[in-house]
Amino acid sequence: MFLRSRTDRRFIAWSSLGLLLSSCHAHDDERAAARAAPERPGVITSALLPAEDHSLVTKDPRALPYYDNAAAVVEGMRLYKAYNCSGCHSNGGGGMGPNLMDDVWIYGGRLTQIHQTLVEGRPNGMPSWGGKVPDDQLWKISSYVRSLSLPATLAANTDSTPGQHPAPVPKEADDHNGWSPPPGTTNDYTTTTKGPQ
Amino acid sequence: MKRRTVIALAAGVIAVPAAVAGASLILREMPGAEYTGPGPIMPAAVPDGKVYTRDQIGHALAPPTTDMGLAKPAKGAAPSDDGEWTMPTKNFAATRFSALDEITPANVGRLQPVITFSLGVNKGQEAAPIVANGTMYIVTAYPNIVYALDLTKPGAPLKWSYKPKPAPASQGVACCDVINRGGTYHDGKYIFNTLDGQTIAVDTETGKPVWKTKLGNINIGETITMAPLVADGRVYVGNSGGELGVRGWVVALDEKSGKLVWKAYNTGPDADVLIGSDFKPFYSSDRGKDLGVKTWPADAWKIGGGNMWGWISYDPEFDTIYHGTGNAGPWNAEQRPGDNKWTTGIFARDPATGSAKWYYQFTPHDTDDYDAINEQILLDMPFGGRIRHVLLRPGRNGYIYVIDRQTGQVLSADPFGPVNSSRGVNLKTGRLTVNPAKVAKLGRVTRDICPTASGVKDWNPSSFSPVTGLVYIPRENLCMDWMNLEVNYIAGTPYVGAEVHMKPGPGDGHRGVLTAWDPIRRKPVWELPEKFPLWSGTVTTKGNLVFYGTMDGWFRAVDARNGKIVWQQKLDSGIISQPISYRGPDGHQYVAVLSGVGGWSGAVVSGPVDPRDGSAALGFVNAMSDLPKYTTAGGTLYVFALPH
Repeated sequence: MFLRSRTDRRFIAWSSLGLLLSSCHAHDDERAAARAAPERPGVITSALLPAEDHSLVTKDPRALPYYDNAAAVVEGMRLYKAYNCSGCHSNGGGGMGPNLMDDVWIYGGRLTQIHQTLVEGRPNGMPSWGGKVPDDQLWKISSYVRSLSLPATLAANTDSTPGQHPAPVPKEADDHNGWSPPPGTTNDYTTTTKGPQ
Repeated sequence: MKRRTVIALAAGVIAVPAAVAGASLILREMPGAEYTGPGPIMPAAVPDGKVYTRDQIGHALAPPTTDMGLAKPAKGAAPSDDGEWTMPTKNFAATRFSALDEITPANVGRLQPVITFSLGVNKGQEAAPIVANGTMYIVTAYPNIVYALDLTKPGAPLKWSYKPKPAPASQGVACCDVINRGGTYHDGKYIFNTLDGQTIAVDTETGKPVWKTKLGNINIGETITMAPLVADGRVYVGNSGGELGVRGWVVALDEKSGKLVWKAYNTGPDADVLIGSDFKPFYSSDRGKDLGVKTWPADAWKIGGGNMWGWISYDPEFDTIYHGTGNAGPWNAEQRPGDNKWTTGIFARDPATGSAKWYYQFTPHDTDDYDAINEQILLDMPFGGRIRHVLLRPGRNGYIYVIDRQTGQVLSADPFGPVNSSRGVNLKTGRLTVNPAKVAKLGRVTRDICPTASGVKDWNPSSFSPVTGLVYIPRENLCMDWMNLEVNYIAGTPYVGAEVHMKPGPGDGHRGVLTAWDPIRRKPVWELPEKFPLWSGTVTTKGNLVFYGTMDGWFRAVDARNGKIVWQQKLDSGIISQPISYRGPDGHQYVAVLSGVGGWSGAVVSGPVDPRDGSAALGFVNAMSDLPKYTTAGGTLYVFALPH
C-alpha cells in the first residue's frame, strides 16, 4: 500500500513535468512507467537491493539543472538562511537538526534524496516543505546542503563559520549506483550482489 | 587560513592543521569523501580587563549585616530532613541540602559505587533521581522512560518501567538536546513531563498512568523539559520553546486528576497573564495596563517567548509560588523594540488562582538570550540590621540577586562571573544598566560580550548549606561574539536571528567554576576552576560536602568549607544532572547521580553536531569543540556509599 502510493506520487511528479512520452493516456503512462522501472527517477534510501530490477536511476532528471551550477548553491545558501534551515542545522554543523557537513546521510545524500527529504519531511523532527516553498527553491537548497560536505566547500572554510563559500555540486558527486565498498576499503571480497538462486 | 590563537589546555592541545593541500574534486563513492581540511578551532579566552569587577558594578541597599548569624532556609519551606528526596529541589525552598552526615570530608575517600543502572538512552541526562518509600524513580531524556528501582533489595532491581512514547517529531523542536529535568513524587504518584508536551502522573505501585494531560503543541515548536513542582494540591508546569517563537506560560493542574486549574501566559494582555487588582510590583516600570502588549511591536508578544522551563519555588508561609520567565524571542532584539514584558523576569503568584502578586524584570529588552528561569532559593537572611524574607537567584545575566520575596524589591545585585553586557543594577529603579557597546547590531559582529547567552550560570541548580551559610553555585566562565540576522517567523522552526560564537571568559581557558558564595557578605568565599562549563547541579550535606559533576565525567566531592577536592570518581560519560543524597532503607547515607553528557553545552557529543561549525548548537560548539576528546555519550545511574 505504502509502496503503491509512493509510486503513484512519483509518477504524478514525473508526468507533471512532461518528461514522459507525450500524448499517452494516464493509465498507459502508468503501465509504461511500471515496465520501465529501472529507469524511473526516485529515491534510494537504502544501499540494499532486494532485487536488481528494483534499482532506480541515480540522477533524477529534475535534478540535472542543479549540478555544476554555482548560482544554484549561492542562491540555495540565501534560501537556507531565509527559511530558517540555519536555525536547526547552523552553518552546516547542526544543532536541533543533524550535521550536514559530515559524510553521514540519514536519508540519502543525492540531490534527489535531499530534495525528497525537504518535500516530505522526516519523522524525527524535519518539517515538510513540499507545497510551501517553490520547488525550484527546494532544489537550490538541496544543492547547497549537498555542497556543505564537498571537499571543495570544506577547503574554502577558513574559520569557525563554515559553508559560506559553497562549491557547485559536480555530477560525479551522485555518480554511483547503490552500494559500493566504503571509502578506505583496501580489500573487497564481496563480489556477488545476488543471494542464493 | 586565518590565523587564530590556539589554547593549549592541560590535557589536550588542539592543533591547527597546515594549509589544506589542493582540494581534490574527485569524489569517492557515497556517502562521502574523506575530509582533510581544517579541524575545529579553539577560540582564545577573553582578556582579563574586558569585564567589570564586583566592586565596580555590585550594589546593595545596605552594608552587610555580619553580627546576626547565618542565612536560614525560609520557615516552613524546608522541613527537617526525612532522608528521602521526593522533589528535585529537595524542598520548597530549593536548598538541595541533605541533613545526612555519615559521609564527611574525613571518610569520603572510601566512597564507592554500590548501584549502577543503564538508562538505555544516550542523550543528555539532566534529571535528579527521586527517592520515596524505598524506591528510586528516574526519568530519562527523550523518549522519557521512567524507571522505578527497588532500593530495599540487593542491586536495586527494576520494579517497573513506563514508556510514554512521546512523538518522535518533538526531537526536532527541542532547542538544546532532548533533555528532561526530572520528575517529582507526591502521594503515590510520580509526576513528570514529556518532550512532546504532556504531564503524566504514574502510580508508583503499578507503574501505570493515573492521568495524562496534554499541554504543549509541537507543531508550533512547544516542548516541555522542566521538572514539575507539586505544592498545595496542584502541579505547576511551564513550557519550553523560546528559540522557536513559542509564547511562554505556566499552568496549575489538579494533583489528583490532572485537570487544568489555571493558566498564566508570560506575555500578552493582563487577563492572559493573570494580572489583576492583587498585582503590586515594586518598581513603577512594571505598573500599567497590558504592558505585556504595549512593550512589544504589534503582535510580537504572540511569538515572543518568555517560556518557563526552569525552577519554581513555593513559600507555604506566604502562600506564594515564585517562577521566572525565559528569554524574549527572537534573539535578534532589533526586531522587537521595547521592554518585552513579561519576559526575562520573575513572578510571584497565588498558587490557588495564579493571580500575579508582583513581578521584577532582570533584563528588560533582552538582547543576549538571558532567560530568567534559574532556581530561586528561599532564605530568611540578615540584611540591613534585621532578618529579611528573601529569595536568592544566581541569574543568567551574571548577577546574584537578593530580592524581598514579599514585595519584589531588589536588596542587592552582585556579579558572580564575567560581566560586561551591563554595568550593574540601579537599585532605585530596579533597572539593569545596559552597556551599549555590547548591544549587538544587524549584520555586524559584536565581540567579547560577557556573559554568554547561556549566562554566568544556566539552569543547573545551586545548593545552600545552613551549616556553612554558603550557596554552592555551579557556573560558567564564557563570553561570546554575536551578530544579529534578520529572521522570519515560520511556525515550528527556530526563531532566533542571531549568529553566536562562544569562547572562554577571562583566565587560562577554563570554562567552568564552582563558586561558594557568602550571601551576607556578598562575595565568594572560595572558587574552584573547572576545564569545562559546569552543567550539573550541586548538592550539599550536613557532613560538609558538596557533590557535583563535570562535563568530562568527573563526579567530585569538595569540602564545603574550603573548596578542597576530597574525593572523585570518573564516570562513563560527562555529568549534567542533579546529584542527590538520601538515606537508604538500611539507614545509611547514599549519594546518587546520573551520567550522560549532552544538553545545550554538550550537544557536540550527544547530538549529530559538527565541532568544525562554531555557530552550531546556537554557538555553544565554538567553546566546546574539544569535549568529544574527553567523553562520549552515555546515560547511567550511579549510587555511592561508604563500605558498610
